[in-house]
Amino acid sequence: MDRRENIKVLLTGTVATGFLLSSGCKPDVDTTTTDTEIKGYGRVPQEILHDKKISSETFFSDKEKKMVTILVDIIIPKDEKSGSATEAGVPDFIEFMMKDYPKFQTPMRGGLMWLENFSLASYDKSFMDITHEQRIALIDQIAYPDTATVEMKNGVKFFNLIRNLTCTGFFTSEMGINDLGYVGNRPNQWNGVPDDVLKKFGLSYDQRTLDTCLKIEDQHKIAKWDAEGNLIG
Amino acid sequence: MFFCAQCNRACQVYADFSSSTCLVKPAMQKGKVELYTHAMVREVITNDQGLATGVVYIDKKDLNEYRIGAKVVVLAASACETARIMLNSKSKQHPDGLSNSSGVVGRYLHDSTGTDRMGILPELIDRPRYNEDGVGGLHVYSPWWLDNKKLDFPRGYHLEYWGGMGMPSYGFGFGMDTMRKYITDELGKPTANGGYGAGLKNDVRRIYGSTVGMSGRGESIPQYDNYCAIDPDTVDKYGIPVLKFHYKWTEHEVKQSKHMHDTFEEILTGMGAIILGTKPGPETQYGLAAPGRIIHEVGTTRMGDDPKTSVLNKYAQAHECKNVFVVDGGSFVSQADKNPTWTILALSWRTSEYIINQLKSQNI
Repeated sequence: MDRRENIKVLLTGTVATGFLLSSGCKPDVDTTTTDTEIKGYGRVPQEILHDKKISSETFFSDKEKKMVTILVDIIIPKDEKSGSATEAGVPDFIEFMMKDYPKFQTPMRGGLMWLENFSLASYDKSFMDITHEQRIALIDQIAYPDTATVEMKNGVKFFNLIRNLTCTGFFTSEMGINDLGYVGNRPNQWNGVPDDVLKKFGLSYDQRTLDTCLKIEDQHKIAKWDAEGNLIG
Repeated sequence: MFFCAQCNRACQVYADFSSSTCLVKPAMQKGKVELYTHAMVREVITNDQGLATGVVYIDKKDLNEYRIGAKVVVLAASACETARIMLNSKSKQHPDGLSNSSGVVGRYLHDSTGTDRMGILPELIDRPRYNEDGVGGLHVYSPWWLDNKKLDFPRGYHLEYWGGMGMPSYGFGFGMDTMRKYITDELGKPTANGGYGAGLKNDVRRIYGSTVGMSGRGESIPQYDNYCAIDPDTVDKYGIPVLKFHYKWTEHEVKQSKHMHDTFEEILTGMGAIILGTKPGPETQYGLAAPGRIIHEVGTTRMGDDPKTSVLNKYAQAHECKNVFVVDGGSFVSQADKNPTWTILALSWRTSEYIINQLKSQNI
């Protein structure tokens, strides 16, 4: 995806993007399962095959997976509101994305290798063996695209990729959605814009809207039809 | 909360309209429908009088060819696919394809125009949370509001709005390498783009719901020279010749797109938004989406009173094959700027009543 495409996706939350990746989860489905045949998911046979294939493959080597785990927790650490990227399952999400969208594979693998080489060149040690402070000193040189030096360009590109995947993996997980405070997706329960928000912007609902669109008492009424398809209540 | 994973190929819990759940299922319940799925229709077959006697289809699962006999054939394969079926239905009585002595099948293909722009509203950073599902184009739009006499292009367009605190899906949180600078501290100092850590995490929360965008979707002028035709060199995996497309926007659509972008800028600026990206210019036809991109393709089997210039009559009945009807977007002579689905449904209803009436009168 190019940057423009990324921005579009970032900001069009309500627009269907064509593919939802937060693991399929009806309330009766255990969302921690790695079983790819999720009940009610609506997959065609070719897609079930694809899901089976990619869930049987492993992209990252052990070392790569460990590096990814360190990096995602630097990008999204635990704070007072919610857990870390790893606690939300982000490394597994990134592993999945590598296989579901193979164009990510070379930039990700190459980027990890670039960072490893950068660590060896800087400290004569693997990224796995340097201290947290040393890791941060390296990351500070690639985390800020507007001020990074030209020599860091490859590192910046890689860090943008892993930042994007970490943020999206975290905030589309159950932990991330709760952290964000998303309160939609509640059928038959739309109570309008809260009063304090309306007041803040000097707005209010007119009576007609309240009468026709916001009849809270009618929210759970379900229409009834007869056998001929006529509305009877 | 209501997690069910799949919205885009018909609502899995039947909470939203789709033809399969709201039309096909009730029809099946009446017990008068036999439904053949995974059936890829290749052609309509006709008899010596040129009347349709049924269809030939390929079963996508066993790859065998089947025939179904019919008194009436109603095509609703979508505008281009219906044209493809008709063009592939060649016989002695229909040498140029079914009901195509006019040569109009496939012609006048047209899509809506479309282009988009977005901005970020600093005033909406750090929004209080509440249920904002449906705030976008699902419920809010601006119908065409100007007078063409004062403009340099015909017809018009509407605006659809997007943004809000929608459900995060794949892609949410991308782009902090270019967007974070719009989050400022108390002194108005912008945050550095990119970064990591607790500050980044918090800024994704803060920026949530602060962007707004709009899409213009407009009416294009149908052209005889914009068409789909059978590609004589290529078949699909079912052995059925595929379509090729010839389509160029005219200056009408390009000027409309330019006007859309001026409107986007005016509205976004008026709202106090920082407009993102650059305004497209003539080198990209002012950001006008490629034909087909807005997926409102219609017009390939247009209706009309004159069989020389149209494929169907006003009831969407084929001029040259009275027991064939088309109930998708193919019959449209033009389309207004809004989505064609409801008009397709309304015309299908009208055609259905006509078919019943014609069968009762033994005209077909």
